[in-house]
Amino acid sequence: MTVSEAAPILELQGLNKSYGALHVTKDVSLTVRRGEIHALIGPNGAGKTTLIGQISGSIAPNSGAIVFAGEDVSSLGVAQRARKGLGRSFQITAILPAFSVLENVALAVQAKDGHSFRFFKRASSDAELNNRAKVYLEMVGMTARAGLRAGDLSHGEKRVLEVAIALAGGPKLMLLDEPMAGTGPEETERLVTVLHGLKAKIPMLLIEHDMSAVFQLADRISVLVYGEIIASGAPEDIRRDPAVREAYLGGESDL
Amino acid sequence: MMTRRLTAVGLPAALFVVLALVPLYAGVFDDRFVLLFATRILIFAIVAVSLDFILGYGEMVSFGHAAYIGLGAYAVGILAEHDVWAAWISFPLAMAVCALFALVTGAISLRTRGVYFIMITLAFGQMAYYTTTSLSAYGGDDGLTMWGRSELFGTGLFNGDTSFYYIVFGVLLASYLILKVMTRSRFGRVLEGAKQNEARMEAIGIDPYRYRLTAFVLAGTIAGLAGALMANQAEFVSPAYMSWHRSGELIVMVILGGMGHLHGAILGAIAYMVLEETLSGYTEHWRLIFGPLLILIVLYGKGGLLGAIRGR
Amino acid sequence: MSTTLLAVQTLNGLQLGILLFLIAAGLTLVFGVMDFINLAHGVQYMLGAYLAVAGYQLTGSFWLALIIGLALALFCGLVLEFLVFRRLYDRDHLDQVLATFGVILFLNEAVKVIWGAAPLSLPAPNLLDGAIPLVNNLQYPVYRLALIVSGLGVAALLYVLVTRTRVGMLVRAGATNPDMVAALGVNIRRLFMIVFGFGTMLAGFAGIMAAPILSVEPGMGDNLLILAFVVIVVGGIGSIRGAFLAALIIGLVDTLGRSFATDIAKLALPPAAANDVGPALASMLIYILMAAVLFFRPSGLFPVRSA
Ligand SMILES: Nc1ncnc2c1ncn2[C@@H]1O[C@H](COP(=O)(O)OP(=O)(O)OP(=O)(O)O)[C@@H](O)[C@H]1O
Ligand SMILES: [Mg+2]
Repeated sequence: MTVSEAAPILELQGLNKSYGALHVTKDVSLTVRRGEIHALIGPNGAGKTTLIGQISGSIAPNSGAIVFAGEDVSSLGVAQRARKGLGRSFQITAILPAFSVLENVALAVQAKDGHSFRFFKRASSDAELNNRAKVYLEMVGMTARAGLRAGDLSHGEKRVLEVAIALAGGPKLMLLDEPMAGTGPEETERLVTVLHGLKAKIPMLLIEHDMSAVFQLADRISVLVYGEIIASGAPEDIRRDPAVREAYLGGESDL
Repeated sequence: MMTRRLTAVGLPAALFVVLALVPLYAGVFDDRFVLLFATRILIFAIVAVSLDFILGYGEMVSFGHAAYIGLGAYAVGILAEHDVWAAWISFPLAMAVCALFALVTGAISLRTRGVYFIMITLAFGQMAYYTTTSLSAYGGDDGLTMWGRSELFGTGLFNGDTSFYYIVFGVLLASYLILKVMTRSRFGRVLEGAKQNEARMEAIGIDPYRYRLTAFVLAGTIAGLAGALMANQAEFVSPAYMSWHRSGELIVMVILGGMGHLHGAILGAIAYMVLEETLSGYTEHWRLIFGPLLILIVLYGKGGLLGAIRGR
Repeated sequence: MSTTLLAVQTLNGLQLGILLFLIAAGLTLVFGVMDFINLAHGVQYMLGAYLAVAGYQLTGSFWLALIIGLALALFCGLVLEFLVFRRLYDRDHLDQVLATFGVILFLNEAVKVIWGAAPLSLPAPNLLDGAIPLVNNLQYPVYRLALIVSGLGVAALLYVLVTRTRVGMLVRAGATNPDMVAALGVNIRRLFMIVFGFGTMLAGFAGIMAAPILSVEPGMGDNLLILAFVVIVVGGIGSIRGAFLAALIIGLVDTLGRSFATDIAKLALPPAAANDVGPALASMLIYILMAAVLFFRPSGLFPVRSA
């Protein structure tokens, strides 16, 4: 069975979203298959983050359906979808700044365990919890920073922590909203390596402006312009597509 | 690092040791007033600690926390009016009433956030207040005098000044320890995490609502227990226990001591009550001084007493 | 329950609703535009009443007292804004609550020191004295009718100001999207001053108008403040329209509830029990209403911000 024949992990069916007169999502249909990284690119304000919001459940679409792992999750809340295996990183860093790096990841691990109505055992000396969390820190190369207050990390490190938190939830699909935005070259490279190594296990919908990262990682690319998907296909086809070059890059480009 | 460890463990320990020695001091100097005053302070400290649990860790600015003092007190007072003095009946009942009130009002209030939450808890507090003022069978506006104190399995422990003090002290210590342990548990992490970034919590699959509600009910129940003690201490219950000024004062105690540490709330309760006692010794219009003082504390005294002790 | 009583109580309910609206309007405007929760809004209502009484003692004229009261209430409000409030606009709600709570403690006590704890009163003006027959045998005090009418007048004026003027437009924009207004390069400080001063005047006006029918005493603003909170929570914070509607609903429900709850309770309960349950129920009524509204609409009837 090749990747392209595998059942999709995520299927968007005709999503629409308007803010007043502004139609930010226009009849968007898209699939993410198991084992692939599907990149979503598009100019600023195209509606990428809004789309991620609808998939994760924080924004309600006006119409359309979201099928995740074979189940229509359109009516579920954010937390419910997350528990079903939708992991997410935010474009605007959303970590818990007063917690340590390890605690940030441990909280995501603990969320996966089901309810958190455990009142008496001290979480910081819960070896089992911490060891599981450390695996993810190791994965993204942040072990040395485990004890640091997350708010004190550099911007690039916070972006990496975002990804570690999303990973720690043990997702069946990750929605990554510009994970490399504002990271230094070293962190970008680290993230590319990490994501590349994971994609067989965890399919991803990746929003990214860094084209070199996109072309290194993506199996398929969709291009969103003014809320509409104008092209979708293999990276090579997208690179050559004249409509994409026109709409997205104004003609001249090094795509 | 050293000093932080010291203030986190040493300070509360020292605080409880000092509090445990109060009856000794009162005995040696034959100062009954100090003992009675300290008893009152500790009862408020229990309430303040419970409020700090939801305010400092869960960012729930409850402006109706005094309602639980009143509900707990009325449960004991009304039972006494019907000649039920057994603490093993009245105390659990007081706590159950408060738990129920917290569950219902919390379930509604916690659907909202921010300033809505402040106003709604305030409004529910007023609801409890006005309800008791209209209880004409139990004194209405004037309150209800209890002709005695609760009975603990025939021991009479509620009646002795010193023994009652140690009961209150024990409740404070137990509340503090239980809540402190909880703040460090997985449950506590969820509360604190939700305070820092709710969207992040939901994205990892945790809906903070149930956890907040649990904390809210727990805090209300502990405050109700304090209310039951208050009824015994004053041998009187009245709607004034739950006036919204009282709720405001409780928040002041928490902030004054330094919120989000639990023992800060104890310090705050002590400081507030001593300040009130001292200022009102000078003038009956002590609020004329305290009002501006409060404004200054809010504007310039971040971190409260604990912040000052740490010498940030 | 006679129809006459029902009519009188309905009018009384309207009158309470109007007072609540005057207080709630300022509260909701200030919160909507400035994101500032001002507990001291209730004492500004009280100050209006006291200052009018002082003005009356000085001049012997209700009308002069009204003008003096309004002017001084505005002045006091601006002094408070200058000394305390403007330091709080960028603080969190908890700080705002605490500091304005301090203002309440201070002003309630100050009023007690200056005018004493005993209730004072302001006589209604001769022009509006007496009662007029409304229908068959129903007499209703002219002053109370005048209060209702003037309150409705203020509501209309407010409506025009908010919908037709530039400041009103900024106020509406500020309530929906504060960052945008700031980004437009509007002088926020001045807008705040105008909104705040206006809110203060409304509260002061409510206090003055209430002075002849309610007793003027320390703490008189506290209960109304909380009712006003219920009003703006039910109406939707920041919404004038919501505040108006909710104020009338709360005023009517509270007043009618208090006069008829016992009778209604008697339909279901034996008289003795009804006499106990009725008043308790009546005092809970508006809070139950609030809870019900919030259960279905957590941001009130007319949500302004989609937060
Ligand atoms: N809550 C909202 N109300 C009104 N308009 C909104 C709202 N949220 C987003 N928009 C608008 O929708 C459009 C799409 O925004 P979105 O954040 O999804 O873009 P994006 O593709 O993620 O852009 P970027 O690359 O800059 O992150 C923008 O024009 C934005 O202004
Ligand atoms: Mg975006």
